[in-house]
Amino acid sequence: MLQKMKDFAHGALVPVLLLMLWEAGSRAGLFSEVLLPSPTAVAIKWWAYLMPGQPQEAGQSTLAWMFSGELPHDAYSSLFRVIAGFLIGAGLALPFGLLMGASTRIYALFNPLMQILRPIPPIAYIPLAILWFGLGNPPSFFLIAIGAFFPVLMNTIAGVRQVDGIYLRAARNLGVNQWTMFTRVILPAATPYILAGVRIGIGTAFIVVIVSEMIAVNDGLGFRILEAREFMWSDKIIAGMITIGLLGLFIDTAVSRLNNHLLRWHRGLEH
Amino acid sequence: MAQIHINNVQKVFKTPGEDVVALKDINLEIKAGEFVCLLGPSGCGKSTLLNAVAGFALPSGGEITVEGRKIIAPGPDRGMVFQEYALFPWMTVAQNIAFGLEVQKKDKAEIELTVNQLLELLHLKDFRDRFPKDLSGGMRQRVAIARVLALDSPIMLMDEPFGALDALTRRNLQDELLRIWNKLGKTILFVTHSIEESIYLADRIVVMTYRPGTVKRDQYVDMPRPRDPSSAAFNDLKRELGRLVMEEQQRHANDELKLAAVD
Repeated sequence: MLQKMKDFAHGALVPVLLLMLWEAGSRAGLFSEVLLPSPTAVAIKWWAYLMPGQPQEAGQSTLAWMFSGELPHDAYSSLFRVIAGFLIGAGLALPFGLLMGASTRIYALFNPLMQILRPIPPIAYIPLAILWFGLGNPPSFFLIAIGAFFPVLMNTIAGVRQVDGIYLRAARNLGVNQWTMFTRVILPAATPYILAGVRIGIGTAFIVVIVSEMIAVNDGLGFRILEAREFMWSDKIIAGMITIGLLGLFIDTAVSRLNNHLLRWHRGLEH
Repeated sequence: MAQIHINNVQKVFKTPGEDVVALKDINLEIKAGEFVCLLGPSGCGKSTLLNAVAGFALPSGGEITVEGRKIIAPGPDRGMVFQEYALFPWMTVAQNIAFGLEVQKKDKAEIELTVNQLLELLHLKDFRDRFPKDLSGGMRQRVAIARVLALDSPIMLMDEPFGALDALTRRNLQDELLRIWNKLGKTILFVTHSIEESIYLADRIVVMTYRPGTVKRDQYVDMPRPRDPSSAAFNDLKRELGRLVMEEQQRHANDELKLAAVD
């Protein structure tokens, strides 16, 4: 316990020092208040952004009211888009990657196309996404799905291909059929790779969601910081950026927890 | 009536340079319940022969039959224990043992019963919910043996199963294997390059030649068990087999030197 607190204090040292320097600089009038507001101004704005804008209405539950502020709404919208887009992209990539990894014929058929499409950044699909899907959530889902698709696909293919032949031999010796081989041997043996792809894919999805919100929707963290720029609210821009950072950290921690649970059998993992 | 018939088996590996004859004119008849060791240096084809019986790599010529049926594929009637254990690391000890039975769509209660019996038999009860990564080499090989025993196959194939274990663990597992063999009466075909191990375990030792792999000596071991590796009879046989194996080992070494000279 004491060691944990020590570690925490150690890790907090640099950020806290930086914040103090920044605050001191602001108070001394070194930075323009419009371009770089002080940490306290940002913190106050962040709090206002987090808290409910309206008094609690009759019949509204306290919990719903607590989360009725602009920030919770934006964070929820962004998170929802990340998850929906990721599920579409990864949901397509996983079976496709399993097939491409297991069959050299299917691989030879589709690999050239994948190699051409893969280097195109999801951002480059923005014009098409708007043409095809108009405004609102659908173009966001499309862009995020593309961002998540390729990392999961490539890692699934690699994962299936690296499955140690000894497991296949042992399974054949036990008399498994094709389907069981796939679901109970190849798929679990490939999970370390697949989950590494999931983690990269979620990261890409999170980058893409912020960009996609800057073009086609009117809520979400990406939209909010662009909107704040129109009014020169740099305190709100920074507050929004910090929220993006916190949400990203939350998502990555959740995925990492899931990884540790699913890979608890895997060598070299601490738990 | 023998259980395993190995008739005129040949195995040729085609390589870009020349064809390697791994097995040539192998003829063996193995009776049900017999404990047979295939002994020889690396490259003598003993693992190739075992893989042919297992059905992983079929012979290029001749045929192998088990209970009169020709072998064309791997199957649970010939359970295999690998040197690398080959346990599924994502399954617990109990799940690994149960897997072969689930594949056969056995009834849940029956699987549970068999798994418990095998955990008991191999002294694995305290490890039932562990993953293989948390087990020592010796423990892993116990699980691998239990996994094969679960299939209740009449034949057990073992490919240098104790090769990666330290000497004490090895002796311990050899004794366990003999105990299980005594109790369950399986036919065991056991590949090893350890002369002492083969004499300690087998009813019958088949010494193989280095390339092409043929039968050099088919030796029955007529010593009561448990055998004492320090006894005179044990050491006489050890000396005799050692001479045979070293002749082949020398040919293997010469071949390697020749290859190195070409490089």
